Parts: sequence; C-alpha cells; structure tokens
Amino acid sequence: MNAKALSQHYAEQVQQVRDGLPAELPEWLAGRRRGAAQRFADAGFPDPRQEEWKYTNVRPIATKPFATAQADAPVSEETIRALGFEGLDACRLVFVDGRFRGEISDLDGLPEGATVRSLSAMLGDDSARLEPLLGTLAHDRYSSFAAANMAFLSDGAVIVLGKGVRLERPVHLLLVGSAGSPATWNHPRVVVQAAEGSEVTIVEHYADLEGANGFTNTVTELRADAGAQIHHYLVQDHADSAYHIGSVFVQQRRDSRVTSHNVNLGGRLVRHDLNVDLTEPGAEIVLNGLFLVGGRQHVDTHTRVHHSSPHTSSREQYRGIGQGHGRGVFKGRVLVERGAQKTDAQQHSANLLLSPNAEIDTKPELEIYADDVKCAHGATVGQLDETSLYYLRSRGIDAEAARGMLVFAFADEVLERMELEPVRTSIERRLAARLPESGAMDVIG
Amino acid sequence: MTQENTAMLKINNLQARVENGTPILKGIDLEVKPGEVHAIMGPNGSGKSTLCQVLGGRDGYEVTDGTVEYLGKDLFELEPEERAREGLLLGFQYPVEIPGVKNIYLLKEAYNAQRKHRGEPEADTFQFLKLVREKLQMMQMDESFLHRAVNVGFSGGEKKRNEILQMLVLEPKLALLDETDSGLDIDALKIVSEGVNKLRSPDRAIVLVTHYQRLLSHIEPDFVHVLSGGRIIKSGDKTLAQELERSGYQGIIEEAA
Repeated sequence: MNAKALSQHYAEQVQQVRDGLPAELPEWLAGRRRGAAQRFADAGFPDPRQEEWKYTNVRPIATKPFATAQADAPVSEETIRALGFEGLDACRLVFVDGRFRGEISDLDGLPEGATVRSLSAMLGDDSARLEPLLGTLAHDRYSSFAAANMAFLSDGAVIVLGKGVRLERPVHLLLVGSAGSPATWNHPRVVVQAAEGSEVTIVEHYADLEGANGFTNTVTELRADAGAQIHHYLVQDHADSAYHIGSVFVQQRRDSRVTSHNVNLGGRLVRHDLNVDLTEPGAEIVLNGLFLVGGRQHVDTHTRVHHSSPHTSSREQYRGIGQGHGRGVFKGRVLVERGAQKTDAQQHSANLLLSPNAEIDTKPELEIYADDVKCAHGATVGQLDETSLYYLRSRGIDAEAARGMLVFAFADEVLERMELEPVRTSIERRLAARLPESGAMDVIG
Repeated sequence: MTQENTAMLKINNLQARVENGTPILKGIDLEVKPGEVHAIMGPNGSGKSTLCQVLGGRDGYEVTDGTVEYLGKDLFELEPEERAREGLLLGFQYPVEIPGVKNIYLLKEAYNAQRKHRGEPEADTFQFLKLVREKLQMMQMDESFLHRAVNVGFSGGEKKRNEILQMLVLEPKLALLDETDSGLDIDALKIVSEGVNKLRSPDRAIVLVTHYQRLLSHIEPDFVHVLSGGRIIKSGDKTLAQELERSGYQGIIEEAA
C-alpha cells in the first residue's frame, strides 16, 4: 500500500481507541473497533496512486487535524425545520455532528415489529441484535474510511423491520454538521435490516448549519431479505466548506427490490461508494444519481453492482453537471459472475459541462463472466444543445433563462423518479438556486 | 398608427451564407405589410430555409450584404428572443424535441416573456390555462399535450400542430412558417391550415415558406414569390402558385433566365 503513515494527530486518536474505549461497550463491539483502529492506522489515508482514488485526492482531509466532535452545538426545532423537507410527514431522527438528539427527533407512531432507534440507544439495551448487523456488510478492509468509521463510531440509526412490516411513513435521518473551531470529524453509521416482505423508505440526509467546516465519514449497511423493498434516498446538501465521504453497502436476497436516489448538491470534497450485491434470483436494484459541482467542489461517486446470482437486474442512471471550477467523477462497475445467467444490467451516465473550467470524468466498467446476459452501458459528456437553446430563444425566452431551463430539465429527469414528492420538490428548489438564472421555479411550485 | 400603409418587414438586397460557406441568398427583396399573406415557394436548395433561419436569428449564418427592417428597426440588431418578443415568430420546419421541459411550461414562459417585454403583468396560472385550453381546441389537441415534454415522442403532424398552437397563444405580428406543411397527412394539413387561417387578421402578416402548392389550397395567399438560386425570380398573386403546379419550377426558372 502506498499510503503514508498517519499524522501524529490521527495516530493519537487511534491510540485512544486502542486504550480508552468505555468499559460498558459490548465486548464484540470493542473488539471490532480496536481492530478497525488498527486497520486504519496500518492503511492510512488513501493516495491518488491507488486506482480507486485516482481522481480524488483526500490530502485536504489527511492533512487537516480534524478533532473529535463534541456534538453539543445548539440546534433548535426551527433550524431543523429550515434544513428539512417542507411537507414531509416522516419519522425523524436528528443527529448533530454525528450524535443523536432525541429532543428534536420524532419517533412516534411506529407499527409493531418495527425498530427505529439511535445506535447508541440500541447499544444500551439491545446490543445483541446489533452484533450480526453492524460492520458485517461493511468490512474494515473495504477502505480506510470504512475502518475509521468503525474505529471512531459516533452514533447512528438502526432500522429493523420484522416480516411483512411496512412503514407507511418514511424515516428521515437528518444529519447536521456544525461550524467547529477546530474543525471536527464525525462517524455516523446507518444499519438497516428489512426482513422478508417488509418495506421502508429511508431518507439519509446530510445538511449543515451555516459555515460548517467538518468532515462527515459515514457508512450505511442495507439488507433486503426475500421480497423486501428498501427505498433509499441519499441527499448530500452540505455547506460548500464541508467534507463528506460515505460508503453504502447493499445486500439483496430473492425478489427484493432496492431503489437508491443519490443526490449531491453541496460539499467541498465528497466521495460516495455504493456497493450492491445481488445474491439471489429476482433481486433488483435501481440506482439513480445526480451531482452538481460548481465553485471548487469535487464530487466523486463509485458504484459497484455485483450480479452474483442468475436472474438479477440492475438499472443505473447517473447524471452530472459541472460549472465553475467544479470537478465530478463517476465510476460505475458492473460485475456479472460466472453462472449469473439472465442478468439484466443497464448503466447510463450523462454529464453536462457548463463551464470551460469544469471537469467531469466518467468511467463505466463492465466485467462479464456469464454468456447469457443482457448488459448495456453508455456514457456521455457534453454541452447544452445549441438547437434546443435557439428553439427556446426563438419563442422569446432569453438566453440565460433558456440555459437554466435546459440544465434544470436535464437534472430533473433523474429527480422526477423520486416518489417522495416533498423531497423531490425541495431538492428541485435547492438545485435551481444553485444553477445560474434557472427560470424553472414557477413551474415547479 | 400609420402601420397599415408601411411595410412591417422590408428585406433589401439580402445576401447570406452559412458561415464561411458558399453564398446561398444572393439578393432578396421583399416587403410585407400588415394583413398580408405571402407565400415563398421554391425548389429544394433554393434558399428557403436559409432565409427563415437568417430572419429568425440562428447562429451559424452570415449576412454578407443587404438590410432587413422589421417594424422600422434593424432586425439584425435584435437577438432571437427579442425578435420573438417584438412579434416575429418562426415556425420551425423541424420542431426541436426538448426532454424534461413540459409544453405548458414553455408556453407560459414564452407568453410571460412577451408580456413582460410589453410592460404587462404576467398571467396567472388560471387565466393562462383558460387561454391555452381554448387554443388547444382549435388545434384539436388533447390537454395531455401540455404535460408532455416539448415535442418528445410527437408524430410529425403533432409537432407541426404544436408549432401553430404556440403561434395561437403568442399571437405574433409576423408569423414566418418554414415548411409547416412538410410531413403532414391530409387531415393534419387541414387542421394546421385552419390554425393558420385563424391567425389571419388585418394587423398581422403571415409568410408561408413552402415547397408545395397544396398548402395554398387551404391558405389563400395574397402574394406568391418564387425563390430560386437565392433570388426571388418571379412574384405574382395566387394564380402564380397554380401556374407552378401546372408547369413545375423548371418552367418558371427557364422563363426567368
């Protein structure tokens, strides 16, 4: 491994995990965390010479001495309302700098057979149920960041659904970052287990208080048992001065269906890895993604879909928009195992460059070891269509507004697949506000 | 207003080419007054579409000589959107498909851009919908058209109907229709022609650019011009179109040579 040794600052934090974990922590977890700390210390931060990190240099993170978050920033109901999604009727768990805040959360009205709790509460009185779920899909070996998340685990959310349990209301996980001096990092984890025939919609939502400058390092583990459905929204709307690295792991069994909507609007340096394993026939994943990079933002998304069983399907559509000096990366890998016959995999990545200084790299990778499969992929990077622009202008719409309409329309083709109307509308508004002169707003409202 | 007597559009010795290409328009002269319907006819490659694009303001064309005055202004000083807001509207030969932008949204934006330009308040959704429904009916279009993306998945006939729908909503002073009849079956041609006829009014001018005479049996022009080799080689009344139908372009071209 090419990584350099950790700075003194991080080495000390590793030492604290090795020596100073609280005694009340369950032994299995203390063991996992110490092991993860060791792995993080051994691996260090990744280096651009590693293929998986070729386009994303995490040096700004590695060299910044992020402190452990105190998570005591005052946050009012009102702030939460402003950050949230207007009109979203949801069960809500709020985290500030990675720690659960019960007083501004709302866990009422859960049906029998559904567990929706903070990780810390669960560890307090029900930790045995967590043992098979926490850190078992996301291995420390996966990346230094996944290891760091386990080592420094701050808190998180646990959603466990019994057989056939359907949550009518979505679960809104609102993870808020604050402005810290010194800047801090936090390590939330989301663990979801949807038993046979159950269904849940989860909105994993990152937003920030003004001036937030921290680093959020997340891991999400989703398990869908036979026939279960998980609708996962990952909405990253950090402040432009914040850092975010997140890894999502999905494991699907027979006839399960998972939809993933991954929207990235904010952040200074952002990296997401989505790893999907379709392990039994009939498993189906839909991956929708949208990122907008402007200013000096950097957003990198890697998806890996592993068709490890026959008769599985994946539908992937990612769109990226680059403006200013923004930098976007999309790397999508589809792996069809030997014997995974009748796999149906489609991947498409379309990207729009609005500025000569923006850059988007897109890289589809298909690896197919079965011979009776349907796999298709396509990737484009382009500019706004001049003919469309002229057509709109010829109807009296000025050039700026026409441009805004076309960019918005490009993005909206991904957003309109979101079934949660309040989330979609709110994202559309935030997106429009980040686009130059998007005349798109009155029609949405 | 003395507009009745003065030309709305005055084209004088217009010469143009595709940027850095060979000359296509080689000296066009034309005057259009309010209330008039002109038909410009010509064989393929005669410069019909270039004339429309130059008047519409599309990039990629170069005017090398001549002038065009529209409502007393130098047309080439106006951006495409300014031309539209001033009432010069171009109906496209190939209407553009715009995924993700709903028809109703385009119509409303365009309508309000024009109102704003004239210093009028923007229309509210209710008023606007009422207006659009009325026009939809004229074009025998279903309301579902409004919620479909602009021209996406429309048949050729639907696209052309949509162009005329936009005209009916935006009420141009000068409608310039580029081969609006191409690709239409008989029924669609009838609907489109009726739409155009509804546009006719004493203070509005219409310029039809077409290859075939058949459109003119539905929309009766006041003047017919034959465009060939980048020039208008013959002008006359509607009987010229009938003559063309009988003897073809070749006859007229030879006669003019």
